[in-house]
Amino acid sequence: MVGKNCFAIASDRRLGVQLQTIATDFQKIYKIHDKLFIGLAGLATDAQTLHQKLVFRHKLYQLREERDMKPETFASLVSALLYEKRFGPYFCQPVIAGLGDEDKPFICTMDSIGAKELAKDFVVAGTASESLYGACESMFKPDMEAEELFETISQALLSSVDRDCLSGWGGHVYLVTPTEVTERILKGRMD
Amino acid sequence: MGDSQYSFSLTTFSPSGKLVQIEHALTAVGSGQTSLGIKAANGVVIATEKKLPSILVDETSVQKIQILTPNIGVVYSGMGPDSRVLVRKSRKQAEQYYRLYKEQIPVTQLVRETATVMQEFTQSGGVRPFGVSLLVAGYDDKGPQLYQVDPSGSYFSWKASAMGKNVSNAKTFLEKRYTDEMELDDAVHTAILTLKEGFEGQISGKNIEIGVIGNDQIFRILTPSEIEDYLQEVE
Repeated sequence: MVGKNCFAIASDRRLGVQLQTIATDFQKIYKIHDKLFIGLAGLATDAQTLHQKLVFRHKLYQLREERDMKPETFASLVSALLYEKRFGPYFCQPVIAGLGDEDKPFICTMDSIGAKELAKDFVVAGTASESLYGACESMFKPDMEAEELFETISQALLSSVDRDCLSGWGGHVYLVTPTEVTERILKGRMD
Repeated sequence: MGDSQYSFSLTTFSPSGKLVQIEHALTAVGSGQTSLGIKAANGVVIATEKKLPSILVDETSVQKIQILTPNIGVVYSGMGPDSRVLVRKSRKQAEQYYRLYKEQIPVTQLVRETATVMQEFTQSGGVRPFGVSLLVAGYDDKGPQLYQVDPSGSYFSWKASAMGKNVSNAKTFLEKRYTDEMELDDAVHTAILTLKEGFEGQISGKNIEIGVIGNDQIFRILTPSEIEDYLQEVE
């Protein structure tokens, strides 16, 4: 979700196989560099592999070009990587959020074969995406300051995952401003 | 490789520690037509003389300055056919970069890739080094840039450089004329004057080529009539 010169990216913490919950402290959001994050919804094994590949590609890029990747560039890289496996895809739906040139926030999501979907306000992915759309659409306001953005994204996440039996067990929120990154863990309905 | 009889590298060290093949390649460049480049405060210009073997050759069919990406252009001194190989490989590299990142390749990256190709041709089996040096002019987020790439695969960033016949004269001339504050138009004038120094015969819009890139980050090859206009200004 985008705010004024900042963004927040949030996920729930449940790792499950169908209806069985395996873990309740699972990390779905990964840091690429200080101002770039990627959330990977979907099959956990694919998410972790994809994350490893992306970190690898980004490290090589940093060494080669002596700079961090811009969020737009990174999104294209993820998209290209996913489409390489067009006929046997990674079962993942990424959400990319970062601060680009002049700390302009960038968010985007894509499907498992890398079709990008850009938005100015918010993007959602995963099993609770339908309820998330509703919650975000009614709660989002443009140009929110960091703290208000945190409150909004947290409320939207918690109210949506309660409507989805495959999501939940609290939440994980990263709030990113040009100067700092705040990581907060939310407690929700822990059942 | 390995299937031909000459699968070993043809470029081998001489007892004195030199790679004679590369020295020969540099000689080929040194006897080629003069090219030069100048980095101005707000852009880059590259220029070259275009001497044709006979007056019967249609001069519109010869193009020595080439565009690699919308914001990068290149000119060579030395063997024309060798440069075509490098231009083709560089364009492919640039296109692959664009396909992956949906962003134009930075000048430094493209120069490095091109230099890598040239280096590989000094160490691979069954091939000879390229008989060309390149001047690469580009403008990206890091501003205007001018690079020279040699047959050995080494590359340098220059404020102004020349290569081919009359290098030393041209470089001395550029050293005298160059200033950091120089604007693009001044740079074009200086480029023309430098070419004129070592030019045999009458210079015209048809026997030199000029490529410029300015703040708009679009590399453009000047037409003969545009060059004529600059020539008039110089006189």
